[in-house]
Amino acid sequence: MSQIPPLFKRELLGYFRSPVAYVFLVVFLLASVGLAFFLSGFFKSNVASMESFFFWHPWLFLFLVPAAGMRLWSEEKRSGTVELLFTLPVTTLEAVLGKFLAAWAFLALAILLSFPMVLTLAYLGDPDWGVVANSYLGSILMAGAYLGVCVFISALTKNQVISFVLSVMVCFVLALLGYSVFTEFLSGFLPVPLVDVISNFGFTTHFDGFTKGIIDPKDVMFFLSLIGFTLFLNVVALER
Amino acid sequence: MIEVKGLVKTYGTKRAVDGISFTVRRGEILGFLGPNGAGKSTTMKMITGFLRPDAGSALVDGIDVTTDPVAVKRRLGYLPESAPAYPEMTVGEFLGFIAEVRGFRTAAARRAQVDRAVALTHLESVRHQTIETLSKGYKQRVGFAQALLHDPPALILDEPTDGLDPNQKNEVRSLIKSMAAAKAVILSTHILEEVEAICTRVIIISQGRVVADETPAQLQARQPGARLDAIFRSLTQSDL
Repeated sequence: MSQIPPLFKRELLGYFRSPVAYVFLVVFLLASVGLAFFLSGFFKSNVASMESFFFWHPWLFLFLVPAAGMRLWSEEKRSGTVELLFTLPVTTLEAVLGKFLAAWAFLALAILLSFPMVLTLAYLGDPDWGVVANSYLGSILMAGAYLGVCVFISALTKNQVISFVLSVMVCFVLALLGYSVFTEFLSGFLPVPLVDVISNFGFTTHFDGFTKGIIDPKDVMFFLSLIGFTLFLNVVALER
Repeated sequence: MIEVKGLVKTYGTKRAVDGISFTVRRGEILGFLGPNGAGKSTTMKMITGFLRPDAGSALVDGIDVTTDPVAVKRRLGYLPESAPAYPEMTVGEFLGFIAEVRGFRTAAARRAQVDRAVALTHLESVRHQTIETLSKGYKQRVGFAQALLHDPPALILDEPTDGLDPNQKNEVRSLIKSMAAAKAVILSTHILEEVEAICTRVIIISQGRVVADETPAQLQARQPGARLDAIFRSLTQSDL
């Protein structure tokens, strides 16, 4: 595991060596803050809460996390650097973890850069700090789960477009499974226990608790085990 | 130093490598010749642990690459075909990253290794340039610098002089020759004069099999007075 730090460092700095990082950060912040202001009425609601900001995250991540994750393995495969990487003294697990953690740290940075929103709340009102902290935790965990899916899919192809489109598809399904409109639609013709099982695989189901200030170990475990599972698949895909 | 026993690799229905065996001792420079598609690169990729052989084994320093790939990778320097490198990094950053992964963890040790590799391959003038802006010859030298950065006991070079001008070719050849006394070197090439100039032994492969394994003088003695490329052609005729 001692090989993870250099790989992590190279990958994370790699985002900032190209315009990718700056474009991503600007688009993410404009979109997430814009949605909160213009669609959810961040100011108009007159409540010192970040809920209108976090409400959009499952849907925003649907496009933005695949955008940040699509290149991770596809690019290495296309440019041939994967051969360089795997003839250095690193194990596949170290390489996967180094890459994943770097991309996750980058996403966490993007999410945390929304801090001026929090400062605004603190200036204008008296927000519940526990809820705010929980929402950030939940958002970062959820971003990690989305990212796990995207990094795995990126390892399957050397084409970044395919990687992006497939990732969006899979993430869309995962987000939809927990979406109330969709589960209501399902309960029209499926038995309720089955619908509950299905919605338990949805991202929004497990994210909502965090935005209400509840840290349910089940939700944390859901995201962490999904990350673990996709990383395992990632290792298998690369060693194949 | 390097011992290859009955390596086999099959792609679909095509046997790319069909039971190749040879050994390379320290101080030897083995020229690996063969028509395109004869299995040279595939064999090298199996020795370096990038590809898993379907049968047979490759040992470096007595260690089997399939049982302990990381230990083998530590002892090898490998220049893959077309010298892949991370294009957005500068030469200095890239070699620094390689040094870190190769176990030179303090800044001073890293700097010493990078300085040495940069001096050996004459990269001083482009040290702070990003790799994507380099000409093919310089890129090749970056790949070369990366391979010998940790002063490995065994070097595997896939077409090290590909894309270089005649002066650079000469320089790389004399560099390989000067280092070879303490190392086992395998290099693949299409250039027959290169074999005459620096190799102590030649292996010609054709359709995944070894068709000749001898010194350049012995190879020449097969048809006294003939040019090497005529001998090469007659040995690899089955590929045509």
